[in-house]
Parts: sequence; C-alpha cells; structure tokens
Amino acid sequence: MQFAVLSGFLLAALTPFLNNLFRQRLGLVLALLPAALAVWFASFIPDIMAGEVIVQEMAWIPGLDISLTMMLDGLSLLFALLISVIGTFVFLYASGYLAGHQDLARFYVVLLSFMASMLGLVLADSLITLFVFWELTSITSYMLIGFNHKDPEARKAALQGLIVTVGGGLALLAGMVMLANAAGSYSLQEILTQGEVIANNPLYLPMLLCLLGGAFTKSAQFPFHFWLPNAMAAPTPVSSYLHSATMVKAGIYLLARLHPSVGGTETWQILLPLFGATTMFVGAFLAVRSTGVKKLLAYSTVMALGTLTMLLGIGTETAMIAFAAFLLGHSLYKGALFMVAGALDHSTGTKDVTKMGGLRKVMPVTALAALVAGMSLAGLPPLFGFVAKELMFEAALGGSVLLTYTLVLALTSAAFVIAVAAIIAFKPFYGALKETPKKPHEAGWAMLAGPVVLAAISLAFGILPGMAGNLLVEAAASSVAGRPLDVHLYLWHGINAPLLMSLASLALGALIFWRWDAFRKRLEVLNPLIARGPEAGYFKMMDFLVWSAEGQTRLLQNGSMRNYLSVILVTLVGLVGYTLFYRYQLHWNWDVSFQIHELIVVGLLVGATAVVCTTRSRLGAVASMGVFGFAVALIFILFSAPDLGITQVLVETLTVILLVLVLFKLPSFVSLSTPAQRARDVVVALLTGGLMTLLMMVAIDVQIFPSISSYMIEQSQPLAYGRNIVNVILVDFRALDTLGEIFVLALAAIGVYAMLKLHPETDPGSNELAGSLVLPPLETDKAIKPQTKQQDGGSAS
Amino acid sequence: MMKPGTLILYAAARFLLPLQLIFSMFLLLRGHDEPGGGFIAGLVAAAAFSLYLFAFGSEVTRDLMRIDPRTLVGIGLLFGVASAFPALLHGQPFLTAQWWPLELPGGAELKLSTPLIFDIGVYLAVIGTVVTFVMALAESEEI
Repeated sequence: MQFAVLSGFLLAALTPFLNNLFRQRLGLVLALLPAALAVWFASFIPDIMAGEVIVQEMAWIPGLDISLTMMLDGLSLLFALLISVIGTFVFLYASGYLAGHQDLARFYVVLLSFMASMLGLVLADSLITLFVFWELTSITSYMLIGFNHKDPEARKAALQGLIVTVGGGLALLAGMVMLANAAGSYSLQEILTQGEVIANNPLYLPMLLCLLGGAFTKSAQFPFHFWLPNAMAAPTPVSSYLHSATMVKAGIYLLARLHPSVGGTETWQILLPLFGATTMFVGAFLAVRSTGVKKLLAYSTVMALGTLTMLLGIGTETAMIAFAAFLLGHSLYKGALFMVAGALDHSTGTKDVTKMGGLRKVMPVTALAALVAGMSLAGLPPLFGFVAKELMFEAALGGSVLLTYTLVLALTSAAFVIAVAAIIAFKPFYGALKETPKKPHEAGWAMLAGPVVLAAISLAFGILPGMAGNLLVEAAASSVAGRPLDVHLYLWHGINAPLLMSLASLALGALIFWRWDAFRKRLEVLNPLIARGPEAGYFKMMDFLVWSAEGQTRLLQNGSMRNYLSVILVTLVGLVGYTLFYRYQLHWNWDVSFQIHELIVVGLLVGATAVVCTTRSRLGAVASMGVFGFAVALIFILFSAPDLGITQVLVETLTVILLVLVLFKLPSFVSLSTPAQRARDVVVALLTGGLMTLLMMVAIDVQIFPSISSYMIEQSQPLAYGRNIVNVILVDFRALDTLGEIFVLALAAIGVYAMLKLHPETDPGSNELAGSLVLPPLETDKAIKPQTKQQDGGSAS
Repeated sequence: MMKPGTLILYAAARFLLPLQLIFSMFLLLRGHDEPGGGFIAGLVAAAAFSLYLFAFGSEVTRDLMRIDPRTLVGIGLLFGVASAFPALLHGQPFLTAQWWPLELPGGAELKLSTPLIFDIGVYLAVIGTVVTFVMALAESEEI
C-alpha cells in the first residue's frame, strides 16, 4: 500500500518527461495509474467484506512513534476506491477539457501528487503521517485552484482556501497531539480501541474542538463554508475531483475515522448535528439562489458535507449506514454533475444556467448523463441517491438530541436540493435554444466517459442496492461504527415516514423550480444579511492581520541596523546575564599565564578594533577590520586549529574582494549618530563584551556534561577513517548540520542574486498584488449581488 | 565597470587560476586527514575565479566557467543530498558514512566514500555561492 501511495508521486515526477513522449495523449496514459489502483483496491473487497483489516507495517521514525504503516479497512477502502475510480475519469476528462493548454504537464503533476496525498491520507495509520498527507492535500489543492495563476480571482480563491484549511490544520495538529497523549499512541489501530479512556480524559473538550476545527475547515462546514464555492475558480476537472468527491471529504473521513474513539459523547452528539444541519441548510439555501452552474453544484456540495457531518453526529446504526451510503451516492452523482457542468461551460462559453437552453439536441449524451445524475442528486427512485436519502431521513428521525432542528432543516434542504437538481438537469437542456458565446457542440468521448459511467453506476447501485450495500457500504459503516453492522439496502421501503418526507420535499422542490425566477427575486431581500456572512468575518480578520503586522513591523523592523543590533545585544545581555549570575555566580579565573606572542596578537586585536571605531575614513575602517580578521586567524593557528585559521584567512580575503566591488557605490563617509547615541552604544558594547568574558570563565570552570570532543578525537580514526577531526566532524559526525548549512548558503546566494539583479516593480510579468494577504471579495453571481465592490487588497510592500 | 587591469594583473590571473584550482582540488582531497576540506577548497577556488573576474570582467569569467554559478550551487546541493542515501540501502540511518576503498596501482589507496561525495557537494556549493555573490556585485556595477 505504501507503494500505491508512492506510485502517484513517482509518476508525477516522471510526467514532464512523459509529456514530451505522449503530448496530446498524456492524460489518457496517466489515467492508467488510477485505473490500475482502482482494480488493485477492488481486489481487497472480498477480504474487507469478511471483516478483515489489512495492515502493512513500515517504520519511519520509530523513536517518535511515527510510522508509515498503512491500514485498509471498510472506510479506507471506500475512500480509496472513490479516489482511484473518480481519479481515472478525472484524468480522462482533463485530457479533453484542458486539451492544448500550455501548462498541462504542470497540471497533471499537481493532480497526481494530490491523488497520492489523498490516498496516503485515507490509508495512514499514524496520526502524524495522516496529518502530513492532510497538509499535502491542502497545498496541492492551493496549486490546483490557482492553476490559472494569471487570473487574480483564481489566485485570491486559492489563497483563501489555503488559509482557511491550513489554519484549521494547525488546530488539527494540536488536537491530534492531545488525542495521542490521551490514547498513549499515535497509531490509529491503538486509538480506535481507547474510546473510553479518551472520552474520560480531562482534555477531551479542547481536543474535540481542535479536531473539529481541522475537520470543519477542510470539509467546508458552516461558518467556514465560503471557501469552497470560491474554489470553483479551479478548472472543472479539479472541482469535480477535489471539491466534490475527495478532498473536501477528508474532514468527513477524519470524523468518521475517529468516530469509534472520540465520537458518541454528549458533546459530539450536540456539536456535530448542530453544525452539520446548519451547514446542510445554508448550503442548500445558497445553492438555490445561485445561477452559475458550478456555484449551484458547489453549494449543494456544502449541503452534502453538512448532511454527512450531521449523520456522524447522530451516531445510531442507521445513521452510520446512511453515512456510508450517502457518501458513496454523493461522490458518484456530484463527480458526474461537475463534469457535465464543465462540458456545458466548455461547449457554450458561459457558466450561467439562465443563459443556456435547448442544448438537449446538440449534446444528447451530456443531457442524459445530467438527467440521471440529477435524479440521483434529487433523490428520486430508482437512483442510488434515493436509497441514500431515504436512509438519511430515517436516521434524522431516529436522532434523539436536536431532533426537531435537524428534521426541519433536513426537509427544507432536501426540497432546495431537488430544485437545484432540476435546474441543472432541465434548464440548460430543454426549452428553446438560446444564443451562447460559443457555438455549442457535444463533448468528446474522454469528457463523456466520466459523467456517463458515474451516472450509470448511480443507476446500477440504485436498481440493485444490495450490491452496493454488500460490497462497500456494510464494511464502511462497520468501520465508522467500530463494530460489525449488518446492512441490507432496499430501494422500496414500503410506505413509511421517510417516504412521506421524500414526497413532501419533492412537492416543495418542484414548486420552487417552477417559480424559480420569482423565488430568487424574493430572496434578494436577504442579500445584506448574506453580505455580512462569515466571509466578511474572514476579510475582517485578514485586515486585522495586516494591520497588526504593519504596526509590529514599524516597531521592530524599522530598517535601522543600529537599532537591530542594540535590541539584540541588550536582550542577550539581559537574558544570559540574568541566568549566569542567578545559576552560576561569578567565576574568576585570572591564574592564566600569557606568552609574549599571544599578548602581541591580543594587542593587535584591541588596537584594530579601536581604529575601526574611531577612524574617519572608510578605507581605514575596512583595512582595520581586515587586521582584526587576520589576527583572529592567527589566534586559531596559535591554538592549533589550522582549518579554522585557513578558513578565516580565506573569508577575510573574499570579504576584501566584495568590499572592493561595492566601495564605489557607497555614499560618502558620514557620522550618523549623535555623541549621546555613541555613548549609549559604547555602554552596550562594553556590557556585551563583559558578559562574553564572564561567560568564557564560567565555561572553563563549570563542566555539566563530559566534553564531547574527547569522543570525537578518539573515534575519528576508527569510525570515520580520518585524521583531520574538524573535517570528520563536518562531513561525517555532524554531516546533517553541514547539509543544512550548504542549503543556507544556497539560499543566501539566491537572496543576494535576487536583491541585486531582479527588479520586481519594473520587470515584465511583475505583479502588483504579489505578496498581499488581504484579497478583495470575489465577484460572485453578479446577477444577484450587483453592488459587489472591488475593494483594494493590502499593498505589496 | 572597473578600470581595465594592469598587465601584471592579467598575467597573474591567467597563471594563478589553474594553479589555484589545482591547489583547491588538493585541499579538497586531502581534507579528511590533513587541514583542508570542501569548504576551504571551495573558498580557494572561488577566490581564483574572483581574481580572474577582476582582471577580465564577468563576461569572460562566465565563458570560462561554462556553467552558471547558480547551477553550480544546485549541483553542489544535489551531491550533498545524494551522499545521504546510500546508507538507506543498507538499512542504516540517513547520512551514515559508507566506505569503498580502492587499491590503486603503486600501493596507494583511494578512499572513495560518501563523505567524499558530500565534501565535493560542499565544495561546489561554496564555489557557486561566492562566485554568484561576486558576479552579481560586479555586474550590478556595470549597469
């Protein structure tokens, strides 16, 4: 399984080369990997159905209890199959949708990395590994949303998504550490058996809140739902993969995964249905007032994510089964519908459903796929969406806490979603053919494969619900519940409460669809309220961040080198001096004998320093600094450290060379400080020097640990086959430090080069918004929000 | 642009460059047993290129080096990182030194090892960094 995850990253690394080889067919070739993975994961179905959990161990950092162990159970398998099956169609689809795009190879590299990260996330056994993959999905998602990086809207949306999800990721990390401490292990296998212990931990509430913070931001739960519709700036293949079927479900996955250990408590049963049901309603409500086809789908995805959270919160057996069924059903129809949306956009050149019509004759296959998937979204028989929705109603009826709240919201949301489904399935395809920016045409087979196959699976699972139930839902629901469940899915439940609810919502939904335009007009009354929603809070927070950063920068980073130095040195003297006197008192070591040549070198040092401080010529100062440097080198050589001595001499030489190069560009020599400032600087300098002297004396006297140098001297020859201890330390004993240092060197080189050679304000391709954190709100649904103002972001300074 | 160098500088730079480069290789290879090593050797080589740059300007130095100093930094890092992996093949911790001593004809022994590869990485990274500094400064002056 480790290789299954790794293969995605490997293929991503090879993609630029494959691009030269296959060109137009690259997407089709790359789709082979998710297809192979899908088959491979499917081969585990019999074992998983028998209740087995497949674990493949692999050590990573054993000292910290972090492993690359992978675990495959019902829940992981369901996710892994969704990721690889939908992934296959997304790659096919992308090869048609983005055909001829100049950055196609980059797109595939990131998409493959995303797929691998997502697989890693759902298979990881260690919380830390899971977290690493979690963050990788955030980062790859950022790059995918901002794929059209020249479009400022896309960049803004990408950054917003990143900040929200990564901010939640921080909370998640804290929650995971608390969880691991409570359970005594980072391994999920252990954690899942520790439910009692964890629930009784005194830190349970903060732990749960942190975990929910991570999951809710990732899965776009209210009040963090706003980033998801904005993320529709991504190319449609990305939306249909990340923002409907996979990544946004990572938060849901985490909640489901941890349900047996963290869930089931009273807090959980209140918080999750509360937020879930609210999200469900807000999503459905915002969906029905949108006209952009992708926006409609995005908000209905928010609704679905809310539903899943609610079901997890209810926590009964029916709710677990409903959860697994709804998850499967939603991924299938939403993936298909997004691909339909992309096909519409691709072929007509507009995203607004009110501007499309009568496309059924031009795009018959797309229309059929949209109809079937739309029926599943609406929850109509005989589609799998119907089975899932009936189960959802049944679970909502069985919930004990917040029963009325969830029930009412579930019913209204279902009605809204039926209207949304009808809008997508009928509006663009029926009625009179409307004028569109591009002349519409049917999509190619690569773009049709996804919607058709996914819609067909929705239909097959609907007609034979037992198949889906036995294959996937039972194992997944059992994993979520933490005990084996017996699942039998039926299309026909008989006439019961859920069916009556379905009928009621259907009637209401049909009414909304029929009077959609009027309904939307009515809803405009609420626009001021929506404008004040959580997204406004996000912008307020970002404004505050920039404001506080500016204040702090003015205070601490005012650009004066002398200020920096004195602040740093005074802090050093204060903190180290305090510790020194408090812990070790004074140590006075004057019984040192000096030799005459040593005194001469010291005299040189002191003299050179005095000249540097008092000279009135720059060249004189440079020369005295040189004397100082060479005197230090002499000291190294006197105390038998030839390597250090040579290095010092060479560095001094190169410093002179660099100084010569800049000497002509420097302003003329002036004295910038007043006598009072100079006096202050003298005091700071004396204090620092005095502290260092005392520190040395203490260091000579106090030996807390035996010196490590004796070990290195002894082991240099036998262990590292080298007589030069300095070099042995550099390249062997402490090679990791050196590796870090050469990276620092490289960064310094890049920094200097950028400072001297690049002129970001004037260079072509420069971007005045680069580096700005606050982004103006996106222009969404112009028809509904006409007064969206384009406020200016923070300046790039 | 700085003033054209004197005849002495021209001649010295031309003759000193190869000598300094050979000396830097010598320092690099003896480093494990005697004073020397990648960092020092890199500084010597960088000083050699800097001297050449003073005499003939950055264009000529670029041609002479044939490779952009920034690329050199990257290659150096690559060597450094590459030396870390052979240990993993033997199941040892990252960066554990591996030794493949070679008997050369004439009784000498060549101590091939990952620390040597690592040191070469340091050497190249140091040259690249310093020459990048110097060239960037010299060229910014030409504007």
